[in-house]
Amino acid sequence: MMFGWAGKLLRVNLNDGIISKEDLNIEDAKNYLGGRGLGSKILTDEVDPSVEPFSSENKLIFMAGPLTGTFASSAGRYEVIAKAPLTGTIGASNSGGHFGPELKYAGYDGIIFEGKSDKPVYLYINDDDVQLRSAEHLWGKTVFDVTDELLKETAEDARVACIGPAGERLVLFATVMNDKHRAAGRSGLGAVMGSKRLKAVVVRGAKSIEVAKPEEFLESCIDARNKLKAHPVAGAGLPTYGTGVLVNILNQSGALPTRNWRDGGYYEHADETGGESLKDKYLVKNKGCFGCSIGCGRITRVPDGKYKGSGEGPEYESAWSYGADCGVRDLAAICKANYICNELGQDPITMGSTIACAMEMYEKGILTKEELGRSLNFGDADGIVELTRMTGLREGFGDKLAQGSYRLADSFGHPELSMSVKKQEMPAYDGRGVQGMALEYATSNRGACHVRGYLTSPEILGVPVKLDPLVTTDKASWLKTFQDLTAVIDSVGVCLFTTFGLGLPEIAEMLRCATGMTCSDEEFLKTGERIWNLERQFNLKAGFTKADDTLPERLLKEPLPKGPGKGMVAQLDAMLNEYYEVRGWDESGVPTAEKLEELSL
Amino acid sequence: MISPEKCIGCRSCELICSFGKQKEFNPRNAAVSVFAYDEAALSVPIMCMQCEEPSCMKVCPTSAISKSMDGNVLLDSSRCIGCKMCISACPVGNISYNAKQKQIVKCDLCGGEPKCAEFCPSGAINYVEATSTNLGKKKKLAGKFKELFGEVNE
Repeated sequence: MMFGWAGKLLRVNLNDGIISKEDLNIEDAKNYLGGRGLGSKILTDEVDPSVEPFSSENKLIFMAGPLTGTFASSAGRYEVIAKAPLTGTIGASNSGGHFGPELKYAGYDGIIFEGKSDKPVYLYINDDDVQLRSAEHLWGKTVFDVTDELLKETAEDARVACIGPAGERLVLFATVMNDKHRAAGRSGLGAVMGSKRLKAVVVRGAKSIEVAKPEEFLESCIDARNKLKAHPVAGAGLPTYGTGVLVNILNQSGALPTRNWRDGGYYEHADETGGESLKDKYLVKNKGCFGCSIGCGRITRVPDGKYKGSGEGPEYESAWSYGADCGVRDLAAICKANYICNELGQDPITMGSTIACAMEMYEKGILTKEELGRSLNFGDADGIVELTRMTGLREGFGDKLAQGSYRLADSFGHPELSMSVKKQEMPAYDGRGVQGMALEYATSNRGACHVRGYLTSPEILGVPVKLDPLVTTDKASWLKTFQDLTAVIDSVGVCLFTTFGLGLPEIAEMLRCATGMTCSDEEFLKTGERIWNLERQFNLKAGFTKADDTLPERLLKEPLPKGPGKGMVAQLDAMLNEYYEVRGWDESGVPTAEKLEELSL
Repeated sequence: MISPEKCIGCRSCELICSFGKQKEFNPRNAAVSVFAYDEAALSVPIMCMQCEEPSCMKVCPTSAISKSMDGNVLLDSSRCIGCKMCISACPVGNISYNAKQKQIVKCDLCGGEPKCAEFCPSGAINYVEATSTNLGKKKKLAGKFKELFGEVNE
């Protein structure tokens, strides 16, 4: 009998269709928790880091955490893990909705997909009954259509995670979508799923999750929920305006990257693209993921005009990538482009940024009208909508955009125009105006990323304390703590947004009461550090070196033209060596033998 | 009182209900369920309506279901023989059976302090005494659900 964890894993070999069930290794579960940590441990144990991401040797892992599906606040999360095609690093993407809890209710902590199927298939899990079924009739369908059809074909109270046309066509930043609108969004794990010809995973579960100390667990959850409710960000800002509330905040801080980061961190039309405008114009209703007391999701509808449509979002990152980064001010077009991303199953951060990169290439004369099939200046609202669609379907120039900005710019001899780290596009915080974020992008184990640490929280929002975003002092040690903490959060199955109102003590207490583990808060943070170092080891074995822990030249050499950070560049050199030191790594960024031993790696 | 327009579809009510009754998490064993209607951008939490004339009470062969002085329809587990007649009789499908624990799952208003209402983050579920005004509203709403479920079942 296990508490918190379901205690079983499913292993599905797509080469021969053999499905087996195995017991969860309890030692691994204690050392890596679940989700991102446990999934990365399994990937590292079973997959050679040098494999080609689309080869049958790569594995695709879905993994929930010990708190997933319980009353812990916002515990609807699961993680998808594989070697990532966009970056070549270890890839791990987190998603909410209802799919992760349902997997636990079916009695499984995770699923390991191996090999490649000859023909399109989907996996249907109905408690103990697990079948691979033909998906030939579903191949080519959009995320929304395939979800509806699968619910009809299986059970109406089941949950679906699937890929859209972008994943099938191996768009390098394709997503795994669940519950129609929720995405395991970054690094292109949907394309790995497509390469395995796995269209969807459908799950229905009627079992229970038990916890070790029911009364204490309930108390710890109530305490956490109350703290979130009382917090100005988690209890007011996010529920009222969604993540888009950040657009104006970052713009005022001079850190909203504008026009492929060329024009610095201030966008003159930011207000028209933010969460406040979304609420005024297109918000239908708030939506919460499973068990969430925050409810930051946005159900939106553009009622008429050429961008008519409905769906969820845009979230802050896509409001930025299509808005400020492409110089577009028409919120309806931004909504539409985001809806298309969800329908076709692709990451709007990379998509918008890749279009922004193409816009700069066009304005510089590197890309021509003939190649593009159209003009493409910054501010082209039709352009973001049309190119997003063409990319997901790999039509025309969309075929080139489907490689992401780095491969696009590099193929025209201008890799410096790609705003990416380890070939993954940087999200919506300008590292020149938020120095800690610069270090975060350079050192993230899945390429540029905002949720591997999220120093924006202290540097901009002042949570839990306010740090000066323009200085580099102590950022290395702050980042290490945040990276380790977010590794724990992504592994237990709660949403990262809970950390606005909750700290390690609250998360650790819920974890102890749920699982019966007796670890101290510090030991859990050490677990986060173990996960971080494990991922780093994977990347080093995959061929990454210190030279890859860097930023686009633009951030290192072109100062911000205005705003609070006017004249600043990202001072990576001042932070990187200190970061390695704080991490217990040598000068080349390799974990020392002592560090590995300390972490039992 | 249920206000579907406020419901964010998080199913916290299902979780706390199943936990309160069985000390484990299993939304399918909850006495409250949330139905999401994607197209209409609506989620509807639905639970025992505490009917004025409860069919479940009428069919119960052991009189395990009774109506209290303040109008609540309650199940006395000690008299329940698990025949599941009440499940068939409930016109809105709000009674279910927990096969593992061999128990009828029916809302008991948590003894007057319903947990679903207490932990609803958006105020979509409220517990108010049945005065003549809101009783009317309740009945109207219940009628709508009945209609809705009729359609869904077809």
